[in-house]
Amino acid sequence: MTGLVLDSLCVTKDGATLVALDLAVAPGEVLSIMGPSGSGKSTALAAILGVLGPEFRLTGRVLLDGEDVTPLPTRARRIGLLFQDDVLFPHLSVGSNLAFALPARIHGQAARRQAVETALDQAGLHGYADRDPATLSGGQRARIALMRALLAEPHALLLDEPFSRLDADLRTRIRAFVLDQIRARGLPAILVTHDSDDARAAGGRILDPLGREAGPPL
Amino acid sequence: MSQASVLRQIPTLTLLLMAGPVVAGLAGTVLPLIGTDAIERLIDWPGLGGAIRLSLVTGVVSTVLAVAVSLAIVAALHGGRRFGLLMHALSPLLALPHAAAALGLAFLIAPSGWIARLLSPWATGWSTPPDLLILNDTAGIALTLGLVVKEIPFLLLMLLAALPQADAARRMMLTQSLGYGRVWGWLLAVLPAVWPQLRLPVYAVLGYATTAVDMGVILGPSLPPPLSVQVTAWMMHPDLSWRGPAAAGALLQLALVATVLVLARLAERPIARIGRHWAESGRRCQTVDRLIAPGATTSALIIVFLVGGGMIGMGLWSVAGLWPFPQALPSPLSLATWMRTAPSLTATGGTTLLIALISTGAALALCLGCLEAEARFRLAPGTAAMWLLYLPLIVPQTAFLPGLQVLFLSIGAADTLLAVAATHLVFVLPYIFLSLAPPWRAWDGRIALAAAALGASETRTFWQLRLPMLLRPVLTAAAVGLAVSVGQYLPTLLVGGGRITTLTSEAVALSSGGNRRIIGAYAVLQMLLPAAGFLLALAIPALVFRNRQGMRAT
Repeated sequence: MTGLVLDSLCVTKDGATLVALDLAVAPGEVLSIMGPSGSGKSTALAAILGVLGPEFRLTGRVLLDGEDVTPLPTRARRIGLLFQDDVLFPHLSVGSNLAFALPARIHGQAARRQAVETALDQAGLHGYADRDPATLSGGQRARIALMRALLAEPHALLLDEPFSRLDADLRTRIRAFVLDQIRARGLPAILVTHDSDDARAAGGRILDPLGREAGPPL
Repeated sequence: MSQASVLRQIPTLTLLLMAGPVVAGLAGTVLPLIGTDAIERLIDWPGLGGAIRLSLVTGVVSTVLAVAVSLAIVAALHGGRRFGLLMHALSPLLALPHAAAALGLAFLIAPSGWIARLLSPWATGWSTPPDLLILNDTAGIALTLGLVVKEIPFLLLMLLAALPQADAARRMMLTQSLGYGRVWGWLLAVLPAVWPQLRLPVYAVLGYATTAVDMGVILGPSLPPPLSVQVTAWMMHPDLSWRGPAAAGALLQLALVATVLVLARLAERPIARIGRHWAESGRRCQTVDRLIAPGATTSALIIVFLVGGGMIGMGLWSVAGLWPFPQALPSPLSLATWMRTAPSLTATGGTTLLIALISTGAALALCLGCLEAEARFRLAPGTAAMWLLYLPLIVPQTAFLPGLQVLFLSIGAADTLLAVAATHLVFVLPYIFLSLAPPWRAWDGRIALAAAALGASETRTFWQLRLPMLLRPVLTAAAVGLAVSVGQYLPTLLVGGGRITTLTSEAVALSSGGNRRIIGAYAVLQMLLPAAGFLLALAIPALVFRNRQGMRAT
């Protein structure tokens, strides 16, 4: 079966349950985990990525396309991540940031350059390969961050409040761009947010970190 | 072994490399003493009491003064505009070898030095240098001054590194909003939080100041000399039978340092009780601020003036044609000294640089390995590990270097460049670690997470992201290491056996001769090597990241 499955995923710390999720995200679906800060959203994210600190206790499994990825390190899980800030590598050019994500199996300078150019075109940033990421606008940086995540060919995507730093007008456009790309590629995705606008725009189910329905879209 | 398991072992290996030579060296110093009359001969030396007193007084007084001035400077000025200017003026002093600082100071304060020249004959009436024992005075005042001046930049740097973890900025705002002055509020509310991190650096200063050889030779008195200088003289004595008393004297130094450290530790509790008492009394002590704030600025300026003036004075001597007393400036200027000493300067400078590059390269690799292992395996170095790191800086060099020398002799590696570089490693590594660890640990962990989510291995993240992003602190740490190696005196002298000479060992050897032109040339080169290292550490990142706004120095 395809998609991202959280099979009785439960995280506790000092006996308190922070995360309890039992769900399946279908390809192309964007499920939202919503709640105020401190509600366990980022703990849920860390659990799915496999970067929980030693003070947490994890039970349950994370399944990706039917494979149990729980024992795998983050780099082998094939779960992509978009941060609240873009976290572009500041010492690399825009093109090098994208090439960093490109799998090594794409050989040869010409082929790799071509893949980077294609990604830039899709982001509407033709000719930006040699630019310093610090010189891009917030919207441009957000698009590059998404293209970088997608170039690594993930089988699922986690979105950690990726729109919260953008202003209202830009936010709508970038959100539409990201959601379109996810649907077009048929990726299962989980959006972590405290913003009900973002959660509604995602169009999928909305849960809190303990797996309760956050109510139907208003 | 896999790459990961090798990396896992690097912290242990590094601590062994720090503690091993100290322990083995100590054993090599102690064991030959057994069953000899070395201790009796040491006790019979008539100068012993005076030498001990001199070492203790100069060591303790200079440390107390250096700590007090450093605390006053940070308490009174930190956060202000003048503080930034001051740190810019003081930080080059950190790179300055102890011997060069001492030589510069000697040039300045000697009866025929620059200060006397500037005041003569119009103010003093001197037309010949006065017969005053200003330098090498029997009370060790010149030596104490030299030690204070050289240790303050180090203590300031350590203090600055400790401030953020002590939540200093908010505590300062709080105490000032309660009506306390800057200095008094800082001493009551910030110092207690900073002290645990400052303790080991202070102990290192105390250990160094009580046993310094190079500064003792240049600035200290000669009859009797400080214990460290006498012990070294016995070690280098052509009559090998003096090695016994030398070793016994070195162990006596170790005992002295240990005693002083224990006393310093014991003094903490009563001092803390007094501090709490003052805090509870609620007195705002505005006078403290009125007295200390200007005093801190003044003493900082005096330090910059003494060291800076000394450096310039030595530079002038190296190009002086004629410079009779009491002329303030030489005339004519001449490059004769440089031309004449060029061959030996080049050869000695080359050896110095080679030793510094080998020891710094090895130390940097080990420190990077330690820090990467720490990040990857979530290790946290405990108090014991930090003590081992500081061990070579606290234990007197005279106490373990002779044993190390014997060790190198027994494997046939004595008097080789590699042996000297290996010995330098022991002293270079702690400073590189102290310089590199804070920025390395402060690196944004989300970069590593972003890379892992893109499928990058930890090795790839290290080489392509963390190391290049931290290029600036890595190069700065390397420059610190280079400066420490260039400044080493006793390790070069003892392990090099006189066959390997560096700029510092030559400069100290020349200091007794009194040819100021040649001393000046050596001292200038001794300053230039570390300075070049720090310039490169600034220039290379600026060049590499010239098109990367996100990598600008902050």
